[in-house]
Amino acid sequence: MAKHLSSSPGNPTGRRRFLEDSARLLCLAGLFGLGLGAYGRRQSLAMSWDALRPPGALAEERFLAACIRCGQCVRACPYHALHLARPEEAVATGTPFFTARRIPCELCEKMPCIRSCPTGALDPMLANIYEARMGLAVLVDHETCLNFLGLRCDVCYRSCPLIDKAISLDTQHNLRSGKHTLFLPVVHSKFCTGCGKCEKSCVLERAAIRVMPLALAKGELGRHYRLGWKEKEEAGKSLIPEQLDLPDRLPETGAPLDSGWKP
Amino acid sequence: MNSAAKNPATNGRTRGWWKSHRFLLLRRTSQLLVLALFLAGPLAGLWILRGNLAASRLLDTVPLADPFILLQSLVAGHLPSATALTGGLLIAAWYLLWGGRSFCSWVCPVNMVTDLAFWLRRRLNLKAGASLVPATRYWLAGAILMVSALTSSLAWEYVNPVTSLPRGLLFGFGSLWLLLPGLFLFDLLVASRGWCGHLCPVGAFYSFIGLFGLVRVRAAGRSRCTNCLACYGHCPEPQVIGPTLQKKDSTHAFILSPNCTNCGKCIDICPEEVFGFALRFRPSRPGSSAPNPNQEE
Repeated sequence: MAKHLSSSPGNPTGRRRFLEDSARLLCLAGLFGLGLGAYGRRQSLAMSWDALRPPGALAEERFLAACIRCGQCVRACPYHALHLARPEEAVATGTPFFTARRIPCELCEKMPCIRSCPTGALDPMLANIYEARMGLAVLVDHETCLNFLGLRCDVCYRSCPLIDKAISLDTQHNLRSGKHTLFLPVVHSKFCTGCGKCEKSCVLERAAIRVMPLALAKGELGRHYRLGWKEKEEAGKSLIPEQLDLPDRLPETGAPLDSGWKP
Repeated sequence: MNSAAKNPATNGRTRGWWKSHRFLLLRRTSQLLVLALFLAGPLAGLWILRGNLAASRLLDTVPLADPFILLQSLVAGHLPSATALTGGLLIAAWYLLWGGRSFCSWVCPVNMVTDLAFWLRRRLNLKAGASLVPATRYWLAGAILMVSALTSSLAWEYVNPVTSLPRGLLFGFGSLWLLLPGLFLFDLLVASRGWCGHLCPVGAFYSFIGLFGLVRVRAAGRSRCTNCLACYGHCPEPQVIGPTLQKKDSTHAFILSPNCTNCGKCIDICPEEVFGFALRFRPSRPGSSAPNPNQEE
């Protein structure tokens, strides 16, 4: 290319200038790269808790390599739930997201957002919309949730597209009144798509149930943990051959206590 | 003829307003048309182009995608699906035909901002400014690919003005609008043609496609050149003209530097009508390879 016509590397001053220019440009490009890398890293960490990716979105790190910010999913969404992030929002600039409390995902069966994505950042292999995991609903505040206060609000439960699967109502004795039942909303991560309809519909000023990114909402068991009852179910019998029954003793006298339990 | 060409500022020969502004007008029309086709969807419900300059669908069928973004995505570790790859190939093929940096002068909306700065710089006679090496852009493009690979993300797309401006226009600017005065003032006060002519890595990428571009500017009438320097003064990449205009003994008269943006400014401005667009590889007819002033256009 005609970038150094006057300074061909052939003559000494030309060569010197070429080297100087190259060194200068290398520094410049290095500084630029460092700045860009640092800024990009900050951008990728910026994800706000209430920003949710469209259905089928790859895991966040992979998503940031795959999404080219074309906004076709935004255009495809019939409910105008999706937005492209602006620099001042706490989401990687230009990438699509929705906020459940504003407009939740309506779980279109034809998945127009996924079908419009040209790059595969929204995974075309998602077989049906109920397999989407945009986040996980969490009942974050037990003190203001009306059902916890003993009322029959139930709105999150009723609005859940997977009622009785993703959100169920567990009953518990109401100790305050002594004679009523509490109907406590419980979210099941096996089914919850993270669409956000529960958060949107929560009647409180600020929602007591909120959809959060999975990494924020889910704990993780140690990989070596075995749940005895599940192992038993799989194996068809207890994995422990026989249970020892040690005598229960009273703390002070050490005399054996007859608990009445017999194996 | 020669005496008339002494004054390059007013066109020596009476070439008429249209002849001396046609490519400028065509380019502005093209740039605004592209934006209008995108905007017609959200504003009027006419979905001709859906998406933005990063990727789109033409009439909801033909996929289009910016090959530089796809390259960053590839380097970052994601293989884009067939739709995007097809779109990228279509765009690359398009610019292979029209010359890579035609994108810069016929499509890219940033060009309108920097052209305005360039024009104002000339009108205000601003001479001062940093001297940047035009090759800086290649280094920046390299740095971008490196950062994409190291951070596994499209880091450049957080700040890329070329895709950010249309995206802002179509999907909401937020504080992205600051890029507009930023680029304008940079080009006006810091460096002449600073962004498009020296720094823009997107342009640098399109230069590579332009290595084999078919449509090129040809100085077919260079024997008429009076060295008035009007073309140098108006060319956004003035370093591309010299080799062709001065080496009058070379067999072809094409401006082959991939940095040429095919903007046609030199065609508009030259009082002697030295320049014109031509196909680089013509079917070989006897005598067609020799520069023949009567045959151009």
